[in-house]
Amino acid sequence: MSPDQNHIFEEVASRDKPGLVTNLKTYLLRHAQVFFYSLGQLWRTPFSMLMTAAVIGIALALPTGLNLLLTNAQQLSGGWDGAAKVSLFLKQKVSDEKARSLANKIRKLTEVSEVEYISKEKGLAEFKERSGYDAAIKALDENPIPATLLVTPNLQFNDASQVEELAEKLRKYKEVEFVQLDSEWVQRLYAIMDIVSHGVVILGFMLSIGVLLVVGNTIRLAIQNRRDEIVIVKLIGGTDAFIRRPFLYTGFWYGFFGGLLALILVFFSLLLMSGPVENLAGLYESQFSLHKMDFGTILTILMLSIGLGLGGSWIAVGRHLRDIEPR
Amino acid sequence: MIQFIQASKRYPGGHDALQNVSFEMDTGEMAFLTGHSGAGKSTLLKLISLIERTTRGQVIINGENTSKVRKGRIPYFRRNIGIIFQDHQLLFDRTVYDNVALPLIISGQPPREIARRTRAALDKVGLLNKEKSFPITLSGGEQQRVGIARAVVNKPSLLLADEPTGNLDPELSWEIMQVFEQFRQVGVTVLVASHDIDMIERLGHRTLSLKDGRLVQDTVE
Repeated sequence: MSPDQNHIFEEVASRDKPGLVTNLKTYLLRHAQVFFYSLGQLWRTPFSMLMTAAVIGIALALPTGLNLLLTNAQQLSGGWDGAAKVSLFLKQKVSDEKARSLANKIRKLTEVSEVEYISKEKGLAEFKERSGYDAAIKALDENPIPATLLVTPNLQFNDASQVEELAEKLRKYKEVEFVQLDSEWVQRLYAIMDIVSHGVVILGFMLSIGVLLVVGNTIRLAIQNRRDEIVIVKLIGGTDAFIRRPFLYTGFWYGFFGGLLALILVFFSLLLMSGPVENLAGLYESQFSLHKMDFGTILTILMLSIGLGLGGSWIAVGRHLRDIEPR
Repeated sequence: MIQFIQASKRYPGGHDALQNVSFEMDTGEMAFLTGHSGAGKSTLLKLISLIERTTRGQVIINGENTSKVRKGRIPYFRRNIGIIFQDHQLLFDRTVYDNVALPLIISGQPPREIARRTRAALDKVGLLNKEKSFPITLSGGEQQRVGIARAVVNKPSLLLADEPTGNLDPELSWEIMQVFEQFRQVGVTVLVASHDIDMIERLGHRTLSLKDGRLVQDTVE
């Protein structure tokens, strides 16, 4: 045997043991390689990769989009809540003078920022103008419209329960016939939104489980397809961690692309809706425009999606890798 | 290097693949394992590489009792053993180079080391010029040599071969055996399962004969 044929063995003796730093570097390099290798593997079958990513994307876009709409609705109603007013309808027999003095009394309350007095006559004029029941009202003997005090609560006191308290207080004046809270429907809206937000959480939870299963199943199939390779790697000394790694990174990529797709879907949905919403806001003379996704939301969705991808593949790998052993 | 002490293997279902097999092989020794098919050759190799475990008796490899090797340590245990298969067991979606480099990647060698040792192993089996080819484009003999390069690239102290020349013509078989012979000369223990009696006799190494799971002949030099 010639000396050069022997060099593979001679190297054994000459080679120094790699140091800790070298080992760590090699380890990280290997991770980076598998990271991009698994991406390359997915890229080879773009169609099936996109299919899986699309399923994840749609599943995540749904709760994300709903949640965003809900946030918008809450902001919108928050704007209305600030303008919540209390209408005091005074008794018919209360004179103009007494009504004015009551208005002054109420104006002095700390909870109140403004009181507008609408006399019976002014109220009638407004009603005529707006309703068009001119002829019908003329037929009546006396003015049916009560004098009204429009009370705007102080900004520090415009929380729903505080406005309710104020209304209770105002109801006690003997001149007052009837108190109406303008914010009642806002409170109902809040209650409805509360139900919807719980619904979104439940929906999000179920769809997340769905994503977990989709990724798990995809990885399971990938494991089945690479069965021979896994056996060979086990035969030449591959640890479970080594075999697991590419599948986990594949799960990571599915999650990443699924999350990206979800964000794109939500973004374009918002774009489509913002036009009509601004139209509607314009009709209400409101400056409202759709609240876009902020950086935090984007990061959360991406992280969640990647987490689900990793989790799904972890479950599949744990379940199926154990069964594959050399025979 | 290899020590079998009254080793038996009974498969689930009651089939006795090996019964009370005892023998010893020294470091740097080369031996053939013969017997008709089903005599237990493959099972014996599987006991050494911990693909199977003994049901009775002991197998001690390089001073380590295989029955004491925990499942999690099996990969590290196998890195010291080079295994060559009749059907090569190559990865067909990777180049010859990547196939041979795999054991080094698995054991976490630095990249420079991987390149050097992979080329050295390919050079050793005379396939350095094919490193960028895919296994499917190679002949049976060449594929088997890729398998050998992969088995030795990690510099194992023990080389196992299960019918390595089963599908090859006599001339190629002889070449493969010469490669094994070279490894033996540099201190690697080599155990080859084969039923090619002619060639075994020409090489004149120690021969262990199995029959129905029992060791019936051992021509200790």
